[in-house]
Amino acid sequence: MKLTLKIWRQKNSQDKGKMVEYKLNDVSADMSFLEMLDVLNEELTLKGEDPVAFDHDCREGICGMCSLYINGKPHGPKQTTTCQLHMRSFNDGDTIYIEPWRAKAFPVVKDLAVDRGAFDRIIQAGGYISVNTGVTVDANEIPIAKEIADKAFDAATCIGCGACVAACKNASAMLFVSAKVSQFTLLPQGKAERKRRVEAMVEQMDEEGFGACTNTGACAAECPKEISLENIARLNREYLFAKLTSNNV
Amino acid sequence: MTLDAKIPEGPLSEKWSKHKFNLKLVNPANKRKYDIIVVGTGLAGASAAASLAELGYNVKVFCFQDSPRRAHSIAAQGGINAAKNYQNDGDSIYRLFYDTVKGGDYRAREANVHRLAEVSVNIIDQCVAQGVPFAREYGGLLSNRSFGGAQVSRTFYARGQTGQQLLLGAYSALSRQVATGKVKLYTRTEMLDLVLVDGKARGIVTRNMVTGAIESHSAHAVLLCTGGYGNVFFLSTNAMGSNVTATWRAHKKGAYFGNPCFTQIHPTCIPVSGAHQSKLTLMSESLRNDGRVWVPREKEDAEKIRKGTLKANDLSEEKRYYFLEERYPSFGNLVPRDVASRNAKLVCDDQLGVNSEGQAVYLDFRDAIKRDGEDTIRAKYGNLFDMYQQITDENPYKVPMKIYPAVHYTMGGLWVDYNLMTTVPGCYALGEANFSDHGANRLGASALMQGLADGYFVIPYTIGDYLANMPATKVDASHPEFKKAEEEVKQRINTLLSINGQKTVDEYHKELGKIMWDYCGMARNEKGLQFAKQRIAEIKAEFWKNVKVTGNNEEFNQSLEKALRVADFIELGALMVEDALQRKESCGGHFREEYQTEDGEAQRDDNNFAHVAAWEYKGDDQPEVLHQEKLVFENVKLTQRSYK
Ligand SMILES: Cc1cc2nc3c(=O)[nH]c(=O)nc-3n(C[C@H](O)[C@H](O)[C@H](O)COP(=O)(O)OP(=O)(O)OC[C@H]3O[C@@H](n4cnc5c(N)ncnc54)[C@H](O)[C@@H]3O)c2cc1C
Ligand code: SF4
Ligand code: FES
Repeated sequence: MKLTLKIWRQKNSQDKGKMVEYKLNDVSADMSFLEMLDVLNEELTLKGEDPVAFDHDCREGICGMCSLYINGKPHGPKQTTTCQLHMRSFNDGDTIYIEPWRAKAFPVVKDLAVDRGAFDRIIQAGGYISVNTGVTVDANEIPIAKEIADKAFDAATCIGCGACVAACKNASAMLFVSAKVSQFTLLPQGKAERKRRVEAMVEQMDEEGFGACTNTGACAAECPKEISLENIARLNREYLFAKLTSNNV
Repeated sequence: MTLDAKIPEGPLSEKWSKHKFNLKLVNPANKRKYDIIVVGTGLAGASAAASLAELGYNVKVFCFQDSPRRAHSIAAQGGINAAKNYQNDGDSIYRLFYDTVKGGDYRAREANVHRLAEVSVNIIDQCVAQGVPFAREYGGLLSNRSFGGAQVSRTFYARGQTGQQLLLGAYSALSRQVATGKVKLYTRTEMLDLVLVDGKARGIVTRNMVTGAIESHSAHAVLLCTGGYGNVFFLSTNAMGSNVTATWRAHKKGAYFGNPCFTQIHPTCIPVSGAHQSKLTLMSESLRNDGRVWVPREKEDAEKIRKGTLKANDLSEEKRYYFLEERYPSFGNLVPRDVASRNAKLVCDDQLGVNSEGQAVYLDFRDAIKRDGEDTIRAKYGNLFDMYQQITDENPYKVPMKIYPAVHYTMGGLWVDYNLMTTVPGCYALGEANFSDHGANRLGASALMQGLADGYFVIPYTIGDYLANMPATKVDASHPEFKKAEEEVKQRINTLLSINGQKTVDEYHKELGKIMWDYCGMARNEKGLQFAKQRIAEIKAEFWKNVKVTGNNEEFNQSLEKALRVADFIELGALMVEDALQRKESCGGHFREEYQTEDGEAQRDDNNFAHVAAWEYKGDDQPEVLHQEKLVFENVKLTQRSYK
């Protein structure tokens, strides 16, 4: 198929950036979206032009590195990651708009690549269980009901891609933060630190400049891992509980 | 230099405990005087960095992704082995040890493998304590599944996302140490050289991938946890960025490279769909628990299927050739990977392949769905089935999956002694980056185990022994050796940027990959390898004259990143071929067509090749020198591996 691409080009974080148009003539329906961009980049390189920078690594929908805003939707028209999107989701003659995640807390590095270091710093603030290597009990001494383990797992599948932030008109990171808070709140191992954890993570989230959550649910609708809004409700409860019973006792 | 593996004396099961006792310790107050560089944040790197920081060392951690959580370990699907014997099915540390040595076709060190089996049980405890949500039974206890090459259920898993959950566990431990200040994190930073001062590894030179800044970092020891080199084949199941640069650079600074030709070709991957293909997707081996592998018995039927005039589901039972079940009745679909892959290749060579290219076999869940119901199968493999459907546009609940082998893992890597130290003092290699525990073939679910064993439970002990013997004085990063290495790196970059030739980096990478796959892949022979050797030399010469790398160094430049990596892959490819030529036997994933038994199985030559091949770099235009570490088997008897 033939495609017209309108791609955000921005040399670095200081540059203003603009949309640039490219034509591709020979795109197969079996290609992944990123393979389509590979083809474009090969063409640009041979012409001596600067190829389009974009983040990607696993191309299996699990590392969370790919991050394109395609036709006004994070990760494009399907509820998957960009690397798992295939060209059969588009039609011959389509014009496709490709932009980076847009959020104050995710500055553009170049073209379509952004800096999501803010997510790492939120995890550093409290997204862990404090246990040193080797200081543990036998794994089966902590039985966990299957339903609980499954729920914790569902929350833990977040890949940290940032689509939730890109989807939200306030650029809120609530879905991401709530997924981690939920995983550890649900599990017995995480209970001891639950108050400190939720407070610290929310505080860091605010400090990074993410917006407030107004419960529109755009995040969950676009999340490639189907992280549910239930997690945000749980985070709110946990946060309130922590504040009401403060001093961390 | 003679290779000393430093294997401790004493009975197998006591070696590790005795060794731990004999190792020197760095006292707690002194630990903070030592700096350790950890390159890589996969299971090996993240677990090592977190554990060392907890002990009090100052750690600097590097990765090329934008976050440590994205290391390639995240993609592991199926599970992690541990000899917990929670199923009471006769598993034990000794059995895991035995299975691993046998699965590796007797080309691994007994002492290392036994240690691995010993600490495997601690890994599960550690991960559960961190909140890793492993699969559980209704009673609340941990669930297990079985994997290829084993007859017990010892694999722990988290749906089809085990690597993700384990890595997020290690990443959380690492993040906690970043918050304490004991770990300093450098993301989007690529190591481009190892720096030696007075013969010891004292630091690295890196490139900041956002600004292009070339920088030096000094330390008392350097840990390379940089993963495998499967991407030398261009197409593999590895992440796009996985590369050999860190270990290759260390190799050129004196670290011997162990068994470079030992690569694992995984039997269950989604077949290639066209020339645009950028990587291959693995369908976890766990699928072989319930899926049955087959092709049509008759060429005519296969031909019709390839043309689309016959559908798989319309082929009656007796016209289906369940080749693994028939050839290997006792292991059936669960034979080890090398055996499963080679058999898939053989039936496709016999023109029984089932996709348009004739390079695919079926993995069929019809019978399992009939037996257990679709819901049960969905609960076990739902995300894998979804992924398959997304990529191929076919519904595996209704029609059999099509699969074909693909490059997946590299058993070879930097040679290390029992303490995980390379032949460069102070430079260690952990995880897939070293050659150590899997011999000529790795069993499924054992790489995650090894990465975490190395990082959580081995290096925190063994590194102390080295540091305790070393003064805490620091080397400044402005030392002439660092400056020299920086200059070399800058020169390499400038050369690449100034060639301005006619072909892109990807074109060279694909060319190299095809040579490697055709002549140094699932089956190898003298003639093909000689041809590959010559072609790789030509590709190398052409690359440095005709590659086109756009842009400049002082920016985010993905074209340059790739060029630096591919340049190293080309050199590694040559060494892999050399190693495959020299190993005149078949073992595990290394199948030399000249050496096979009457029924087509790998024919080892234990008299001449029961050794690790460790290669020493001697200079760009010199042949590498081969050193051998003899493998001594005191506990297992070397037999012809049989899964019949
Ligand atoms: C699709 C897939 C599925 C798998 N499934 C399983 C499974 O079910 N069970 C199992 O046991 N094994 C499995 N494996 C194998 C296993 O995942 C890997 O062997 C293992 O995760 C490797 O871990 P690692 O820590 O050694 O390296 P990696 O996870 O590859 O990490 C490498 C790290 O090094 C960094 N790095 C590399 N080079 C540089 C450089 N030059 N400068 C700076 N940083 C650098 C990277 O940024 C990264 O952080 C699977 C592999 C694949 C490909
Ligand atoms: S919650 Fe969903 S969208 Fe947000 S980072 Fe996690 S996986 Fe991505
Ligand atoms: S590239 Fe890893 S999730 Fe898309």
